[in-house]
Amino acid sequence: MARLVRSKTEIEGTIYEELALVEGEELAPWTDTVGLRYVGKPIQKVDSVERVSGRAIYTSDIQLPGMLYGKAIRSPHPHARIKKIDTSRAEALEGVRAVITHLNTPRIEWQNKTPLLDVVVRYAGEEIGAVAADTEEIAEDALRLIDVEYEPLPFVVDGEEALKPGAPQVHAGGNLVGGKPRVYQRGDLTRGFAESDFVVEHEYRTQCQVHNPMEPHGYVASWDGDSLTLWESTQSIANVREEVAEAFGLPLSNVRVICEYMGGGFGSKQTTRKGTFLTALLARVTGRPVKLILDRREDMLCTGNRQPTVQKLKIGAKKDGTLMAIDLTATVSIGAYGTYPMPVDGPAQTLYLCPNVRTEVRTAFTNTGPHCAFRGPGYAEGSFALETLLDEIADTLRIDPYNIRAMNYAKKDQVTEQPYSAKRLDQCYVKASEIVGWKQNSGLTREGSKVRAWGMASQIWGGGGGPPAFAWVKINTDATVEVIIGGQDIGTGTKTVFAQIAAEELKTDLEMVKVRLGDTQGTPYAPVSSGSRTTPSVGPAVRSAAMDARKQLLEIAASYVDAPIGDVDVRNGKIYVGNEPSSRKSLMDLAEEIGELNIVGRGSRGPNNQGLDLRTFGVSRVVTVHDSGLILNPLGAGGQLEGGVVQGVGYVLTEGRVIDTRSGIVLNPTLEDYRVPTAMDAPPVEYAFVSVPDEAANNLGAKGLGEPPLIPTAPAIANAIARATGLRIRSLPITSGDILEGLRKMRGTQEVVA
Amino acid sequence: MTILTENALDRITGPGKVSVSLSVNEETHAVEVEPRRTLLDTLRVDLGLTGTKKGCDMGECGSCTVLVDGKPMYSCLLLAVECDGREIMTVEGLSSGDRLDPVQQAFAEYQGFECGFCTPGQEMAVKGLLEASTTPTPEEVQRGVSGNICRCGQYRRIFKAAAAAAEVYEAARIKGG
Repeated sequence: MARLVRSKTEIEGTIYEELALVEGEELAPWTDTVGLRYVGKPIQKVDSVERVSGRAIYTSDIQLPGMLYGKAIRSPHPHARIKKIDTSRAEALEGVRAVITHLNTPRIEWQNKTPLLDVVVRYAGEEIGAVAADTEEIAEDALRLIDVEYEPLPFVVDGEEALKPGAPQVHAGGNLVGGKPRVYQRGDLTRGFAESDFVVEHEYRTQCQVHNPMEPHGYVASWDGDSLTLWESTQSIANVREEVAEAFGLPLSNVRVICEYMGGGFGSKQTTRKGTFLTALLARVTGRPVKLILDRREDMLCTGNRQPTVQKLKIGAKKDGTLMAIDLTATVSIGAYGTYPMPVDGPAQTLYLCPNVRTEVRTAFTNTGPHCAFRGPGYAEGSFALETLLDEIADTLRIDPYNIRAMNYAKKDQVTEQPYSAKRLDQCYVKASEIVGWKQNSGLTREGSKVRAWGMASQIWGGGGGPPAFAWVKINTDATVEVIIGGQDIGTGTKTVFAQIAAEELKTDLEMVKVRLGDTQGTPYAPVSSGSRTTPSVGPAVRSAAMDARKQLLEIAASYVDAPIGDVDVRNGKIYVGNEPSSRKSLMDLAEEIGELNIVGRGSRGPNNQGLDLRTFGVSRVVTVHDSGLILNPLGAGGQLEGGVVQGVGYVLTEGRVIDTRSGIVLNPTLEDYRVPTAMDAPPVEYAFVSVPDEAANNLGAKGLGEPPLIPTAPAIANAIARATGLRIRSLPITSGDILEGLRKMRGTQEVVA
Repeated sequence: MTILTENALDRITGPGKVSVSLSVNEETHAVEVEPRRTLLDTLRVDLGLTGTKKGCDMGECGSCTVLVDGKPMYSCLLLAVECDGREIMTVEGLSSGDRLDPVQQAFAEYQGFECGFCTPGQEMAVKGLLEASTTPTPEEVQRGVSGNICRCGQYRRIFKAAAAAAEVYEAARIKGG
């Protein structure tokens, strides 16, 4: 039964060794899909009908009797002290039911030792209170009637500026997060550069990318005495429940969090934001349910973003391309709140074999919206610098970009000195090169004024998941199956994959299986859906629970038909002895005789004890090839790859938050001015998998792949641009204007045809 | 997000609610709404038709696309009062009971979605396209959904779904003579 074990877990590039609770037997992983009915097959999403018919209920669709509408009061200043708030005119407006500010609200602890509602605001758009009214329109009217007197304070919105002496302080204690840079070192950097034949250094800048899930962040809160039910569009119902319980001093059993359908998060919904607590507070003071859904501007300003970075990267190599030394100094801006940077230093440390490496990350607070994880956090930023500089070195040394990557292949994790659970990046290189027909100087073609070229980039990312993660599998009297999970499906096909796993293990039809998730009530814990972890963490728990249920079922069936358990099988509710259907007897017959069946299998994610689960990718028409262990559902996996590449295309070509440094205001918090890729921008994406099970990863042999397709897309495209034009553009996004300007400079006065 | 500090209490109260008759999915609804209420909010809040989604509320994302007199339009940019007497079709009107429209079937089959939030809007954009022509070119399909953002990036699959749905519509048109 349940026991404590030590387990290594990789989460978004960082490795933790922790005590973990596990239960159930460890199952041998699936080693291939031969003979499997559902696993490995392109199965249509089990909740397709709900999603295409408009019947799927998202948080913003919840309507409760007597429900009020909330809106947050937000600061127009990037940094200011509130001197006075007068809410009387808003309160007098007909239909306004509550106005909360720091003046009438008990202190709730927030991040960085600040209260939820503070007298100091630290970025333009930060919440200073909230309003509840009969309609959303009245709530908006009320916002206009709230008089706030601010004392504007000096502010800083740029990370490098924030770390200069005398810069305005975002928090007392200085703008350098943690008080010192994060430094990693191995080998002897000085010697490594001295022994290099060629040393090159450049500065890279990556912009602030904003998640923009189509469903904005939103909340509905309803109290019943001291119990709170909260609908939230979140990547972690479990985390929201814990944080809300702590903030309101409630036992966990008094907080229920629901999110069955979720309209995208990409990392932005894995961190709990102030809106959660403001909605619960409004519902508490009004005694009525309150719905608070952010509008697009609010969503873009206040719910997280990808950290902007400035990276000084220096690489030393031998003439033959052997890497000798890597030195990275990065400055990242995490905005007004947060405690650590995303691992921009990860690729430099682990992607290539290199004996001498130093990385230093200086993390700055700035008066901007707080950052958070964004698909491939840190690694997308770091890979842009590393993968474009490596490409440049290959060009200079006249080495094929493919060869320089293949020759500096890292077989083990050089940071932990441990082997990877399985790493088949080299096979990805081979496969991708075959698909595109990679050659020396890689397909540079000219057709009138059109130049085409290939660019390649690689990446590394964890994705093996880990404990704690639990599942229950219930077999009903009519042989239908319920898989019960305290996690969520953020749109990635979680429900579908879990149904496949349970049907496979239980030898039952897929249609017999229903997956219940998205509710903390009556479900076992599942982790946050982040770090490409849901399938490799919760999936093995589903399999383990299904196995437990099946064992119970076989024991009961064996005693019912009076046969040795080894001879008995149950498929779709029918009992078989040997290979023959047992005469007349089925699960239904049994149920009729005994009244009801009660079979609940319990299972968990087992420990990681074989080093790390790191996995990987190679090359960009866009062609993307991944080693993600066993592919459980090629249809769903392909959707993740196509979508990740499209987001990567946005990152490299069109997206970027723009802040006016003189006013501290975001200039483009709309989808008109901040350009996410549309149907006109989506490139054809071809994808392939190595698809060899990672038997050391977990009992599925599968690893996560939500994030990897985004990571190398930017450098692959940047490298293709360089090959086609000779331009090395080291700042994201790379716009057509940048390319034109670069070409003009390069060619002097010569006319440039776009 | 409102960051105005304008003193405008009397200017924002307006004339109060007015009666509007809306024809939605072939049913007539009499509603009392403030003149400033959008068609989108009227559908979602007043009529409980939450299949139509609000992604931006300013005509930039397409999640709220419905058909108005057969043409795809952003319901967040229309006021309910402007739609009095016009024929509106939402995603709820696309399927009849449990029977999905070929557009919806194609979205399910080709998995033209991940999270599904933009899907009703995408489907109505495709429906509008196919109402105009059952043999759209690939470029027309691409342009037809170019006002509908899918942040999950499933555009290529949406194109495939639209093309598949077009074939079904075209076959039905030929059969119907």
